[in-house]
Amino acid sequence: MSGTTENASQETRIRVKVDPVACDAYGYCAELLPELVTLDEWGYPVVGSEPVPAHLVELAVRAARDCPRQAFLSEEIAH
Amino acid sequence: MQTLTRTPTDTTTRPRLLGSWHAHHRSDLATHVAFHGALPIPNAAGEGWSASLGELIRQAGLTGRGGASFPTASKFALMRRSGTARTIVVNAMEGEPASDKAAVLLECVPHLVLDGAELLARALRAQRVLVCVPDVLDRTAQSAAHAIAERSRGALAPVAFDVVRPPSRYISGEESALTSWLDGRPALPRFRPDKSVPLSIGRAPALVHNAETLAHIALIARYGPGWFRECGTFEAPGTCLVTLSGCVEHPGVYEVALGTPVSSVIALAMPSGGVRAVLTGGYGGTWLGCDALNTPLAPAPLAELGASVGAGVLVVLDESACGITETARIAAYMASQGAGQCGPCMFGLPAIAEDFALVAGGAGDTAVFERLAHRFGEVEGRGACRHPDGVVRMARSALEVFAEDAKAHALGRPCEKRTSPSVVAYR
Repeated sequence: MSGTTENASQETRIRVKVDPVACDAYGYCAELLPELVTLDEWGYPVVGSEPVPAHLVELAVRAARDCPRQAFLSEEIAH
Repeated sequence: MQTLTRTPTDTTTRPRLLGSWHAHHRSDLATHVAFHGALPIPNAAGEGWSASLGELIRQAGLTGRGGASFPTASKFALMRRSGTARTIVVNAMEGEPASDKAAVLLECVPHLVLDGAELLARALRAQRVLVCVPDVLDRTAQSAAHAIAERSRGALAPVAFDVVRPPSRYISGEESALTSWLDGRPALPRFRPDKSVPLSIGRAPALVHNAETLAHIALIARYGPGWFRECGTFEAPGTCLVTLSGCVEHPGVYEVALGTPVSSVIALAMPSGGVRAVLTGGYGGTWLGCDALNTPLAPAPLAELGASVGAGVLVVLDESACGITETARIAAYMASQGAGQCGPCMFGLPAIAEDFALVAGGAGDTAVFERLAHRFGEVEGRGACRHPDGVVRMARSALEVFAEDAKAHALGRPCEKRTSPSVVAYR
């Protein structure tokens, strides 16, 4: 997985998701990616389903890697 | 809990699922076989037979009766593609507190449910059938166990049937929660990003069906898809079981043709006063106002109003009850019945319930209504299962249908019915 950050090319289209069962509202994802993640009034992340803009792909992958609950997920969009 | 069934008197539909019960008031195997004939399974039940059973179900247009109205044939085809199903799970969890239909089926016509499960087990080479009855419904479990014992006498059963007793909670009947429990884990819904991946128990695929769906399969296998389509509508063929409760003289489980107007369906239970609204689907369902009651009870027409047949629950509210107060109670109950896994559900549902209590208590100012609208958006679609979505749907429809009540209370007039007994039933 660690290689993904370096290899995140312009063409890789990814989407982010939150596993609501695993998420414990640490909020790191919102700190790293305020453009993609907002927090609800209880501190849980709200994300959209649209593809992540190319310039944020690297950050999104990092947010997924750094999530203490492994609840923030980045996944490649199948073509 | 009451397991009262009545023969519909003012509808042309003859009971199908409950036919043998209405005719003989006996649930034993001999009565069942005399009424419906033996289970049509060939001695060499091979690939060809399995495929043809799937085709019969597809032609019949049967959809799941647990709440999602998913095409049964698609679920069957998915299982056939994934090889074999190790376990057939009969979902009789009756998670909806206002539903009695699974209990009625297993107490009045248990063999019809078991026939459906046996057909699927033989067609998908499953070795076992697990009949899931919640730990509180002893009589239902005893009836199912008795029926299983009757079947295993005589012929050597190729399929092993067992009754299991998961904990009675609203979400225990959600299919991924059920398979989790059967797998030795807590009965909690799982996060499943891809719903087309079959559920499993012990890493082997498992097929979960509502008890009513299985009973329909048993009839379709015997009488064919043409017969099945003789009642209901083209898009929604067949009958379904509904549980009528609330402000009615004769609460209970009734069998009606899909497509029957909601007003005719609730008339079977004799509403006790002027009907104001009907909660359709379940506690995570939708309130329909009296202007919408001519809507056919079928998935597509109800979907146009944001409603669904759901688990066949219909709660009638008349002029003696306040919709806002009842909704506040349902929301609080639903908040207490969550799995406690997902933040938006854990915190959002109690928050919505408290807002409704404020409205019922005469403290619902503009800020409260704005906050509610915001919270609906914050909670919807953010759980591992549909539990929070259902509560939002129910609460949203309440604000529309009971707009007058909401406004009246918001003017600083607390609901006088806050202390009167609830119209809606809870377990």
